[in-house]
Amino acid sequence: MANSDQDGGQPAGKVARAVMRLSPRDNVAVALRALKSGETVTLDGVPIAIRGNIAVGHKLAAQPIEKGEIILKYSCPIGTATSPIAPGEYVHTHNVESNYLPTYELPK
Amino acid sequence: MQGYLRADGRKGVRNVVVVAYLVECAHHVAREIATPFRDRGVHLIGFPGCYPNPYSLAMMEKLCTHPNVGGALLVSLGCEGFDKRRLKRAIEVSGRPVLTVGIQEIGGTRRAIAAGREWIESSLPAILGQQPVAMGIDELTVGTICGGSDATSGLTANPAMGVAFDLLVADGAKTIFEETGELIGMEHLMAARAANPALGDELKRSVAKAATYYATLGYASFAPGNADGGLTTIEEKSLGAYAKSGQSTISGVVKPGIAPPAKGLYLLDVVPDGEVRFGFPNINDNAEIAELIACGSQVILFSTGRGSVVGSAIAPVIKVCANPETYKRMQEDMDVDAGRILEGRATLPEVGREIYELVQRIGNGEPTKSEALGHQEFILTYKSFEPLGPACLPV
Repeated sequence: MANSDQDGGQPAGKVARAVMRLSPRDNVAVALRALKSGETVTLDGVPIAIRGNIAVGHKLAAQPIEKGEIILKYSCPIGTATSPIAPGEYVHTHNVESNYLPTYELPK
Repeated sequence: MQGYLRADGRKGVRNVVVVAYLVECAHHVAREIATPFRDRGVHLIGFPGCYPNPYSLAMMEKLCTHPNVGGALLVSLGCEGFDKRRLKRAIEVSGRPVLTVGIQEIGGTRRAIAAGREWIESSLPAILGQQPVAMGIDELTVGTICGGSDATSGLTANPAMGVAFDLLVADGAKTIFEETGELIGMEHLMAARAANPALGDELKRSVAKAATYYATLGYASFAPGNADGGLTTIEEKSLGAYAKSGQSTISGVVKPGIAPPAKGLYLLDVVPDGEVRFGFPNINDNAEIAELIACGSQVILFSTGRGSVVGSAIAPVIKVCANPETYKRMQEDMDVDAGRILEGRATLPEVGREIYELVQRIGNGEPTKSEALGHQEFILTYKSFEPLGPACLPV
Protein backbone atom coordinates (compact mmCIF):
# COMPACT_ATOMS: atom_id res chain seq x y z
CA MET A 1 0.00 0.00 0.00
CA ALA A 2 1.19 3.51 -0.85
CA ASN A 3 0.48 5.11 2.47
CA SER A 4 -1.92 4.71 5.32
CA ASP A 5 -4.42 6.92 7.02
CA GLN A 6 -3.93 6.66 10.79
CA ASP A 7 -6.62 8.77 12.37
CA GLY A 8 -9.34 6.14 12.40
CA GLY A 9 -12.13 8.51 11.43
CA GLN A 10 -11.65 10.95 14.31
CA PRO A 11 -12.81 14.53 13.89
CA ALA A 12 -10.57 16.61 11.61
CA GLY A 13 -7.61 17.92 13.54
CA LYS A 14 -4.11 16.45 13.87
CA VAL A 15 -4.30 14.23 10.79
CA ALA A 16 -6.87 15.26 8.22
CA ARG A 17 -9.34 12.52 7.38
CA ALA A 18 -9.04 11.08 3.86
CA VAL A 19 -12.61 9.89 3.34
CA MET A 20 -15.95 10.52 4.98
CA ARG A 21 -19.40 8.94 4.95
CA LEU A 22 -21.79 11.91 5.10
CA SER A 23 -24.67 9.96 6.64
CA PRO A 24 -24.73 6.52 8.32
CA ARG A 25 -27.23 5.22 5.74
CA ASP A 26 -24.97 6.09 2.78
CA ASN A 27 -23.43 3.37 0.61
CA VAL A 28 -20.85 5.84 -0.76
CA ALA A 29 -18.20 7.99 0.93
CA VAL A 30 -16.49 11.15 -0.36
CA ALA A 31 -12.75 11.82 -0.77
CA LEU A 32 -11.57 14.72 1.38
CA ARG A 33 -8.28 14.78 -0.56
CA ALA A 34 -7.03 13.21 -3.79
CA LEU A 35 -6.77 9.42 -3.29
CA LYS A 36 -4.34 7.16 -5.17
CA SER A 37 -5.20 3.74 -6.45
CA GLY A 38 -3.79 1.10 -4.10
CA GLU A 39 -3.61 3.19 -0.94
CA THR A 40 -5.54 2.14 2.14
CA VAL A 41 -7.60 4.60 4.13
CA THR A 42 -9.82 4.25 7.18
CA LEU A 43 -13.57 4.68 6.94
CA ASP A 44 -15.58 4.57 10.16
CA GLY A 45 -12.70 2.67 11.80
CA VAL A 46 -12.43 0.04 9.07
CA PRO A 47 -9.56 -0.09 6.53
CA ILE A 48 -10.64 0.22 2.92
CA ALA A 49 -8.42 -0.24 -0.17
CA ILE A 50 -8.80 2.43 -2.85
CA ARG A 51 -9.38 1.07 -6.39
CA GLY A 52 -8.71 3.78 -8.99
CA ASN A 53 -7.52 7.36 -8.51
CA ILE A 54 -10.23 9.45 -6.87
CA ALA A 55 -10.13 13.26 -6.91
CA VAL A 56 -11.14 15.47 -3.98
CA GLY A 57 -14.91 15.51 -3.45
CA HIS A 58 -15.49 12.48 -5.69
CA LYS A 59 -17.16 9.30 -4.41
CA LEU A 60 -16.11 5.76 -3.58
CA ALA A 61 -18.18 2.74 -2.61
CA ALA A 62 -18.27 2.42 1.17
CA GLN A 63 -19.58 -1.17 0.93
CA PRO A 64 -20.40 -3.69 -1.81
CA ILE A 65 -23.07 -2.20 -4.11
CA GLU A 66 -25.18 -4.36 -6.41
CA LYS A 67 -26.32 -3.47 -9.91
CA GLY A 68 -29.68 -1.69 -9.67
CA GLU A 69 -29.06 -0.53 -6.10
CA ILE A 70 -29.95 3.07 -5.25
CA ILE A 71 -26.89 5.21 -4.43
CA LEU A 72 -27.40 7.12 -1.17
CA LYS A 73 -25.41 10.26 -0.31
CA TYR A 74 -26.42 12.31 2.74
CA SER A 75 -29.26 9.75 3.02
CA CYS A 76 -30.64 11.01 -0.32
CA PRO A 77 -30.97 8.95 -3.51
CA ILE A 78 -28.65 10.36 -6.19
CA GLY A 79 -28.99 7.65 -8.84
CA THR A 80 -28.87 3.91 -9.54
CA ALA A 81 -25.84 1.63 -9.95
CA THR A 82 -25.51 0.30 -13.52
CA SER A 83 -22.98 -2.41 -12.52
CA PRO A 84 -21.76 -4.06 -9.30
CA ILE A 85 -19.33 -1.79 -7.38
CA ALA A 86 -16.73 -3.09 -4.94
CA PRO A 87 -15.79 -1.29 -1.69
CA GLY A 88 -13.15 1.41 -2.35
CA GLU A 89 -14.02 1.55 -6.06
CA TYR A 90 -14.59 4.89 -7.77
CA VAL A 91 -18.33 5.69 -8.10
CA HIS A 92 -19.23 8.00 -10.97
CA THR A 93 -20.96 8.24 -14.36
CA HIS A 94 -19.39 4.97 -15.59
CA ASN A 95 -21.30 2.94 -13.00
CA VAL A 96 -24.21 5.17 -11.89
CA GLU A 97 -27.09 6.74 -13.84
CA SER A 98 -29.66 9.40 -12.95
CA ASN A 99 -33.23 8.44 -12.09
CA TYR A 100 -34.37 11.72 -13.72
CA LEU A 101 -32.34 13.07 -16.66
CA PRO A 102 -29.22 11.65 -18.36
CA THR A 103 -25.84 13.21 -17.52
CA TYR A 104 -24.11 14.97 -20.40
CA GLU A 105 -20.32 14.65 -20.74
CA LEU A 106 -18.02 15.78 -23.54
CA PRO A 107 -16.42 13.02 -25.65
CA LYS A 108 -13.02 12.08 -24.18
CA MET B 1 -24.33 49.59 6.82
CA GLN B 2 -25.09 52.62 4.71
CA GLY B 3 -27.23 52.73 1.58
CA TYR B 4 -28.67 55.04 -1.05
CA LEU B 5 -32.31 55.89 -0.29
CA ARG B 6 -34.65 55.77 -3.31
CA ALA B 7 -38.08 57.40 -3.74
CA ASP B 8 -39.86 54.05 -3.18
CA GLY B 9 -38.20 53.69 0.23
CA ARG B 10 -35.79 50.92 -0.78
CA LYS B 11 -32.07 51.41 -0.32
CA GLY B 12 -29.22 50.54 -2.66
CA VAL B 13 -25.78 49.30 -1.64
CA ARG B 14 -24.33 50.71 -4.87
CA ASN B 15 -25.13 53.84 -6.89
CA VAL B 16 -24.87 52.65 -10.47
CA VAL B 17 -25.86 54.34 -13.74
CA VAL B 18 -27.04 51.79 -16.30
CA VAL B 19 -26.62 52.23 -20.03
CA ALA B 20 -29.22 49.94 -21.60
CA TYR B 21 -29.41 48.94 -25.25
CA LEU B 22 -32.94 48.00 -26.30
CA VAL B 23 -31.94 45.77 -29.24
CA GLU B 24 -28.64 44.19 -30.32
CA CYS B 25 -28.40 46.81 -33.10
CA ALA B 26 -27.82 49.44 -30.39
CA HIS B 27 -25.32 47.34 -28.42
CA HIS B 28 -22.13 48.80 -29.91
CA VAL B 29 -23.26 52.40 -29.42
CA ALA B 30 -24.29 51.66 -25.83
CA ARG B 31 -20.95 49.99 -25.08
CA GLU B 32 -19.01 52.90 -26.58
CA ILE B 33 -21.02 55.31 -24.42
CA ALA B 34 -20.45 53.32 -21.23
CA THR B 35 -16.82 52.19 -21.56
CA PRO B 36 -15.07 55.48 -20.65
CA PHE B 37 -17.14 55.60 -17.43
CA ARG B 38 -16.71 51.94 -16.50
CA ASP B 39 -14.70 52.66 -13.37
CA ARG B 40 -17.12 55.35 -12.23
CA GLY B 41 -20.06 53.00 -11.75
CA VAL B 42 -21.56 53.05 -15.25
CA HIS B 43 -22.72 49.54 -16.19
CA LEU B 44 -23.86 48.17 -19.55
CA ILE B 45 -27.07 46.12 -19.69
CA GLY B 46 -29.48 45.40 -22.51
CA PHE B 47 -31.86 43.15 -24.38
CA PRO B 48 -30.80 41.83 -27.80
CA GLY B 49 -34.14 40.78 -29.31
CA CYS B 50 -36.29 42.78 -31.73
CA TYR B 51 -39.60 41.06 -30.93
CA PRO B 52 -41.82 42.26 -28.08
CA ASN B 53 -41.80 40.14 -24.92
CA PRO B 54 -43.56 41.07 -21.65
CA TYR B 55 -40.95 39.22 -19.55
CA SER B 56 -37.96 41.14 -20.91
CA LEU B 57 -39.81 44.47 -20.65
CA ALA B 58 -40.68 43.76 -17.02
CA MET B 59 -37.10 42.65 -16.33
CA MET B 60 -35.68 45.86 -17.80
CA GLU B 61 -38.14 47.97 -15.78
CA LYS B 62 -37.17 46.21 -12.56
CA LEU B 63 -33.46 46.46 -13.33
CA CYS B 64 -33.50 50.15 -14.33
CA THR B 65 -35.43 51.00 -11.14
CA HIS B 66 -33.40 48.66 -8.90
CA PRO B 67 -32.30 50.20 -5.58
CA ASN B 68 -28.63 49.94 -6.62
CA VAL B 69 -29.37 52.08 -9.72
CA GLY B 70 -29.31 55.89 -9.57
CA GLY B 71 -30.01 56.73 -13.23
CA ALA B 72 -30.43 55.21 -16.68
CA LEU B 73 -29.53 55.98 -20.28
CA LEU B 74 -31.58 54.06 -22.84
CA VAL B 75 -30.06 53.44 -26.27
CA SER B 76 -32.54 52.67 -29.04
CA LEU B 77 -31.92 52.03 -32.71
CA GLY B 78 -35.43 53.34 -33.40
CA CYS B 79 -37.34 50.59 -35.17
CA GLU B 80 -37.05 47.75 -32.61
CA GLY B 81 -40.00 46.05 -30.96
CA PHE B 82 -39.02 47.03 -27.40
CA ASP B 83 -41.50 49.44 -25.75
CA LYS B 84 -38.95 52.17 -24.99
CA ARG B 85 -41.59 54.75 -24.01
CA ARG B 86 -43.06 52.52 -21.34
CA LEU B 87 -39.60 51.72 -19.95
CA LYS B 88 -38.67 55.42 -19.87
CA ARG B 89 -41.94 56.33 -18.09
CA ALA B 90 -41.32 53.65 -15.43
CA ILE B 91 -37.86 55.11 -14.76
CA GLU B 92 -39.21 58.69 -14.64
CA VAL B 93 -41.96 57.68 -12.21
CA SER B 94 -39.28 56.13 -9.97
CA GLY B 95 -37.67 59.59 -9.63
CA ARG B 96 -34.46 58.65 -11.47
CA PRO B 97 -32.81 60.73 -14.18
CA VAL B 98 -33.25 59.08 -17.60
CA LEU B 99 -32.56 59.90 -21.24
CA THR B 100 -33.31 57.94 -24.41
CA VAL B 101 -30.81 58.28 -27.26
CA GLY B 102 -32.33 57.19 -30.60
CA ILE B 103 -29.62 56.29 -33.09
CA GLN B 104 -31.74 56.73 -36.23
CA GLU B 105 -33.29 59.93 -34.95
CA ILE B 106 -30.05 61.61 -33.88
CA GLY B 107 -28.19 60.80 -37.09
CA GLY B 108 -26.11 57.67 -36.60
CA THR B 109 -23.41 56.05 -34.51
CA ARG B 110 -21.05 58.95 -33.90
CA ARG B 111 -23.71 61.47 -32.87
CA ALA B 112 -25.48 58.91 -30.64
CA ILE B 113 -22.24 58.08 -28.82
CA ALA B 114 -21.46 61.76 -28.32
CA ALA B 115 -24.97 62.56 -27.01
CA GLY B 116 -24.90 59.61 -24.63
CA ARG B 117 -21.48 60.44 -23.20
CA GLU B 118 -22.45 64.10 -22.79
CA TRP B 119 -25.53 63.14 -20.76
CA ILE B 120 -23.53 60.82 -18.52
CA GLU B 121 -20.78 63.39 -18.00
CA SER B 122 -23.34 66.01 -16.97
CA SER B 123 -25.57 63.69 -14.88
CA LEU B 124 -22.94 61.64 -13.08
CA PRO B 125 -21.77 64.22 -10.49
CA ALA B 126 -25.28 64.70 -9.06
CA ILE B 127 -25.98 60.93 -9.05
CA LEU B 128 -22.65 60.01 -7.47
CA GLY B 129 -22.96 62.92 -5.03
CA GLN B 130 -26.00 61.43 -3.31
CA GLN B 131 -25.22 60.98 0.39
CA PRO B 132 -25.79 57.49 1.80
CA VAL B 133 -27.98 56.98 4.86
CA ALA B 134 -28.03 54.35 7.61
CA MET B 135 -29.31 50.97 6.47
CA GLY B 136 -30.22 47.81 8.41
CA ILE B 137 -29.78 44.16 7.49
CA ASP B 138 -33.59 43.98 7.39
CA GLU B 139 -33.45 46.29 4.36
CA LEU B 140 -31.32 43.82 2.43
CA THR B 141 -32.43 41.30 -0.17
CA VAL B 142 -29.76 38.68 -0.84
CA GLY B 143 -29.87 36.17 -3.70
CA THR B 144 -27.88 32.96 -3.94
CA ILE B 145 -26.66 30.96 -6.91
CA CYS B 146 -24.09 28.26 -7.60
CA GLY B 147 -22.06 28.05 -10.81
CA GLY B 148 -19.27 25.85 -12.00
CA SER B 149 -20.29 23.40 -9.28
CA ASP B 150 -18.32 20.31 -8.39
CA ALA B 151 -18.62 17.66 -5.70
CA THR B 152 -17.12 20.00 -3.08
CA SER B 153 -19.81 22.69 -3.64
CA GLY B 154 -22.39 20.73 -1.71
CA LEU B 155 -19.92 19.89 1.08
CA THR B 156 -18.54 23.36 1.86
CA ALA B 157 -19.63 26.54 0.04
CA ASN B 158 -23.33 25.77 -0.42
CA PRO B 159 -24.08 24.70 3.16
CA ALA B 160 -21.92 27.61 4.42
CA MET B 161 -24.00 30.03 2.36
CA GLY B 162 -27.05 28.28 3.84
CA VAL B 163 -25.73 29.11 7.33
CA ALA B 164 -25.28 32.74 6.22
CA PHE B 165 -28.84 32.71 4.83
CA ASP B 166 -30.19 31.49 8.18
CA LEU B 167 -28.37 34.35 9.97
CA LEU B 168 -29.71 36.90 7.46
CA VAL B 169 -33.27 35.58 7.79
CA ALA B 170 -32.98 35.77 11.59
CA ASP B 171 -32.03 39.45 11.17
CA GLY B 172 -35.12 40.15 9.05
CA ALA B 173 -33.52 40.14 5.59
CA LYS B 174 -35.22 38.82 2.46
CA THR B 175 -33.35 35.91 0.91
CA ILE B 176 -33.88 34.17 -2.43
CA PHE B 177 -32.62 30.82 -3.73
CA GLU B 178 -33.34 29.64 -7.24
CA GLU B 179 -32.97 27.34 -10.25
CA THR B 180 -35.73 24.79 -9.89
CA GLY B 181 -33.93 22.70 -12.56
CA GLU B 182 -31.21 22.16 -9.95
CA LEU B 183 -33.66 21.17 -7.24
CA ILE B 184 -34.84 18.06 -9.10
CA GLY B 185 -35.02 15.25 -6.56
CA MET B 186 -35.29 17.69 -3.62
CA GLU B 187 -38.98 18.56 -4.10
CA HIS B 188 -40.32 16.51 -1.18
CA LEU B 189 -37.69 17.75 1.28
CA MET B 190 -38.37 21.32 0.16
CA ALA B 191 -42.15 20.99 0.38
CA ALA B 192 -41.80 19.83 3.99
CA ARG B 193 -40.20 23.21 4.80
CA ALA B 194 -43.00 25.30 3.28
CA ALA B 195 -44.91 27.78 5.43
CA ASN B 196 -48.10 25.83 4.69
CA PRO B 197 -49.14 22.69 2.71
CA ALA B 198 -50.58 24.67 -0.24
CA LEU B 199 -47.22 26.40 -0.70
CA GLY B 200 -45.55 22.98 -0.41
CA ASP B 201 -47.66 21.84 -3.39
CA GLU B 202 -46.54 24.93 -5.34
CA LEU B 203 -42.89 24.12 -4.57
CA LYS B 204 -43.35 20.56 -5.83
CA ARG B 205 -45.20 21.83 -8.91
CA SER B 206 -42.38 24.24 -9.77
CA VAL B 207 -39.77 21.43 -9.66
CA ALA B 208 -42.01 19.09 -11.69
CA LYS B 209 -42.37 21.86 -14.28
CA ALA B 210 -38.58 22.19 -14.44
CA ALA B 211 -38.10 18.41 -14.84
CA THR B 212 -40.58 18.34 -17.74
CA TYR B 213 -39.07 21.43 -19.35
CA TYR B 214 -35.50 20.11 -19.24
CA ALA B 215 -36.62 16.63 -20.34
CA THR B 216 -38.21 18.19 -23.46
CA LEU B 217 -34.93 19.93 -24.22
CA GLY B 218 -32.99 16.68 -23.71
CA TYR B 219 -30.49 17.92 -21.13
CA ALA B 220 -30.49 18.54 -17.42
CA SER B 221 -29.08 21.76 -15.96
CA PHE B 222 -25.74 20.00 -15.80
CA ALA B 223 -22.49 21.01 -17.54
CA PRO B 224 -19.69 18.60 -18.48
CA GLY B 225 -17.53 20.32 -15.85
CA ASN B 226 -19.98 19.25 -13.16
CA ALA B 227 -19.23 15.62 -14.04
CA ASP B 228 -15.47 16.28 -14.27
CA GLY B 229 -15.80 17.70 -10.77
CA GLY B 230 -17.31 14.50 -9.39
CA LEU B 231 -21.03 15.16 -9.64
CA THR B 232 -22.56 12.03 -11.14
CA THR B 233 -26.23 12.95 -11.67
CA ILE B 234 -28.56 15.95 -11.65
CA GLU B 235 -30.05 14.76 -8.36
CA GLU B 236 -26.57 14.76 -6.78
CA LYS B 237 -25.99 18.28 -8.10
CA SER B 238 -29.41 19.26 -6.74
CA LEU B 239 -28.54 17.86 -3.32
CA GLY B 240 -25.59 20.27 -3.16
CA ALA B 241 -27.45 23.20 -4.71
CA TYR B 242 -30.34 22.79 -2.28
CA ALA B 243 -27.97 23.30 0.68
CA LYS B 244 -27.70 26.99 -0.28
CA SER B 245 -31.20 27.55 1.08
CA GLY B 246 -30.20 26.83 4.70
CA GLN B 247 -32.74 25.62 7.25
CA SER B 248 -35.33 28.42 7.39
CA THR B 249 -39.01 28.00 6.67
CA ILE B 250 -39.75 28.66 2.99
CA SER B 251 -42.08 31.68 2.95
CA GLY B 252 -43.06 31.74 -0.71
CA VAL B 253 -42.37 31.26 -4.41
CA VAL B 254 -41.60 34.25 -6.65
CA LYS B 255 -40.92 34.60 -10.37
CA PRO B 256 -38.36 36.83 -12.11
CA GLY B 257 -39.01 40.51 -11.39
CA ILE B 258 -41.28 39.86 -8.40
CA ALA B 259 -39.77 41.03 -5.11
CA PRO B 260 -40.39 38.99 -1.94
CA PRO B 261 -43.17 40.83 -0.09
CA ALA B 262 -41.81 40.26 3.43
CA LYS B 263 -38.75 38.99 5.29
CA GLY B 264 -37.80 35.34 5.04
CA LEU B 265 -36.65 32.74 2.52
CA TYR B 266 -38.16 32.53 -0.98
CA LEU B 267 -37.72 30.22 -3.97
CA LEU B 268 -37.31 31.96 -7.33
CA ASP B 269 -39.01 29.83 -10.00
CA VAL B 270 -36.91 30.58 -13.08
CA VAL B 271 -38.44 28.02 -15.47
CA PRO B 272 -40.93 29.51 -17.96
CA ASP B 273 -44.61 28.56 -17.83
CA GLY B 274 -46.49 26.85 -20.63
CA GLU B 275 -45.00 24.95 -23.55
CA VAL B 276 -41.25 25.08 -24.26
CA ARG B 277 -40.80 28.17 -26.41
CA PHE B 278 -37.49 29.99 -26.23
CA GLY B 279 -34.99 27.29 -25.37
CA PHE B 280 -33.16 26.59 -22.13
CA PRO B 281 -34.66 28.31 -19.09
CA ASN B 282 -31.37 29.93 -18.09
CA ILE B 283 -28.68 29.77 -20.70
CA ASN B 284 -25.92 30.52 -18.17
CA ASP B 285 -25.30 31.69 -14.61
CA ASN B 286 -25.56 35.40 -15.40
CA ALA B 287 -29.10 34.94 -16.75
CA GLU B 288 -30.01 33.70 -13.26
CA ILE B 289 -28.10 36.48 -11.52
CA ALA B 290 -29.98 39.10 -13.58
CA GLU B 291 -33.26 37.53 -12.44
CA LEU B 292 -32.22 37.50 -8.77
CA ILE B 293 -31.33 41.19 -9.12
CA ALA B 294 -34.66 41.94 -10.83
CA CYS B 295 -36.33 40.44 -7.72
CA GLY B 296 -34.63 43.19 -5.70
CA SER B 297 -31.43 41.45 -4.58
CA GLN B 298 -28.82 44.10 -3.77
CA VAL B 299 -26.11 41.48 -3.09
CA ILE B 300 -25.53 38.04 -4.67
CA LEU B 301 -23.82 35.05 -3.03
CA PHE B 302 -22.20 32.81 -5.66
CA SER B 303 -20.63 29.46 -4.80
CA THR B 304 -18.24 27.73 -7.17
CA GLY B 305 -16.15 24.58 -7.06
CA ARG B 306 -14.65 24.51 -10.57
CA GLY B 307 -13.91 28.24 -10.40
CA SER B 308 -16.32 30.71 -12.00
CA VAL B 309 -14.94 34.24 -12.34
CA VAL B 310 -18.13 36.15 -13.16
CA GLY B 311 -19.56 39.18 -11.41
CA SER B 312 -22.55 41.17 -12.61
CA ALA B 313 -23.83 44.53 -13.65
CA ILE B 314 -25.85 46.37 -10.94
CA ALA B 315 -25.16 44.17 -7.88
CA PRO B 316 -21.95 42.95 -6.22
CA VAL B 317 -21.34 39.20 -6.47
CA ILE B 318 -19.55 37.52 -3.53
CA LYS B 319 -17.66 34.46 -4.73
CA VAL B 320 -17.49 31.58 -2.23
CA CYS B 321 -14.98 28.97 -3.40
CA ALA B 322 -15.88 25.40 -2.39
CA ASN B 323 -12.80 23.53 -3.58
CA PRO B 324 -9.47 24.08 -1.78
CA GLU B 325 -7.49 23.16 -4.92
CA THR B 326 -9.44 25.68 -7.02
CA TYR B 327 -8.89 28.34 -4.36
CA LYS B 328 -5.12 27.86 -4.53
CA ARG B 329 -5.19 28.39 -8.32
CA MET B 330 -7.77 31.19 -8.48
CA GLN B 331 -7.75 33.03 -5.16
CA GLU B 332 -7.56 36.45 -6.85
CA ASP B 333 -11.13 35.80 -8.03
CA MET B 334 -12.49 34.39 -4.76
CA ASP B 335 -13.88 36.30 -1.78
CA VAL B 336 -14.23 33.34 0.60
CA ASP B 337 -12.17 30.12 0.93
CA ALA B 338 -14.83 27.62 2.02
CA GLY B 339 -12.56 24.68 1.10
CA ARG B 340 -10.96 25.17 4.54
CA ILE B 341 -13.90 23.12 5.84
CA LEU B 342 -12.76 20.13 3.77
CA GLU B 343 -9.19 20.52 5.00
CA GLY B 344 -10.32 20.71 8.63
CA ARG B 345 -9.05 24.29 8.97
CA ALA B 346 -12.47 25.84 9.64
CA THR B 347 -15.94 24.68 10.56
CA LEU B 348 -19.14 25.16 8.60
CA PRO B 349 -20.61 27.63 11.17
CA GLU B 350 -17.36 29.65 11.11
CA VAL B 351 -17.38 30.04 7.32
CA GLY B 352 -21.13 30.73 7.38
CA ARG B 353 -20.59 33.58 9.83
CA GLU B 354 -17.67 34.87 7.76
CA ILE B 355 -19.99 35.07 4.71
CA TYR B 356 -22.71 36.76 6.79
CA GLU B 357 -20.23 39.40 7.99
CA LEU B 358 -18.78 39.85 4.50
CA VAL B 359 -22.28 40.52 3.09
CA GLN B 360 -22.48 43.49 5.45
CA ARG B 361 -19.01 44.82 4.55
CA ILE B 362 -19.74 44.47 0.81
CA GLY B 363 -23.13 46.07 1.43
CA ASN B 364 -21.30 48.94 3.07
CA GLY B 365 -19.28 49.60 -0.07
CA GLU B 366 -16.24 47.31 0.14
CA PRO B 367 -15.66 45.97 -3.41
CA THR B 368 -15.91 42.25 -4.15
CA LYS B 369 -13.06 40.54 -6.01
CA SER B 370 -15.10 40.46 -9.24
CA GLU B 371 -15.99 44.16 -8.91
CA ALA B 372 -12.32 45.07 -8.40
CA LEU B 373 -11.45 43.06 -11.53
CA GLY B 374 -14.07 44.95 -13.55
CA HIS B 375 -16.56 42.11 -14.05
CA GLN B 376 -19.96 43.49 -15.09
CA GLU B 377 -21.54 40.55 -16.95
CA PHE B 378 -25.13 40.84 -18.04
CA ILE B 379 -27.49 38.79 -20.22
CA LEU B 380 -31.23 38.83 -20.81
CA THR B 381 -33.14 36.61 -23.24
CA TYR B 382 -36.73 35.65 -24.07
CA LYS B 383 -39.01 33.88 -21.59
CA SER B 384 -42.72 33.78 -20.78
CA PHE B 385 -44.44 33.48 -17.42
CA GLU B 386 -47.96 33.30 -16.09
CA PRO B 387 -48.89 35.28 -12.96
CA LEU B 388 -48.11 33.74 -9.55
CA GLY B 389 -50.75 31.38 -8.19
CA PRO B 390 -52.59 32.44 -5.00
CA ALA B 391 -50.78 29.86 -2.86
CA CYS B 392 -47.30 31.12 -3.83
CA LEU B 393 -47.17 33.99 -1.34
CA PRO B 394 -49.13 33.00 1.75
CA VAL B 395 -47.76 35.85 3.90
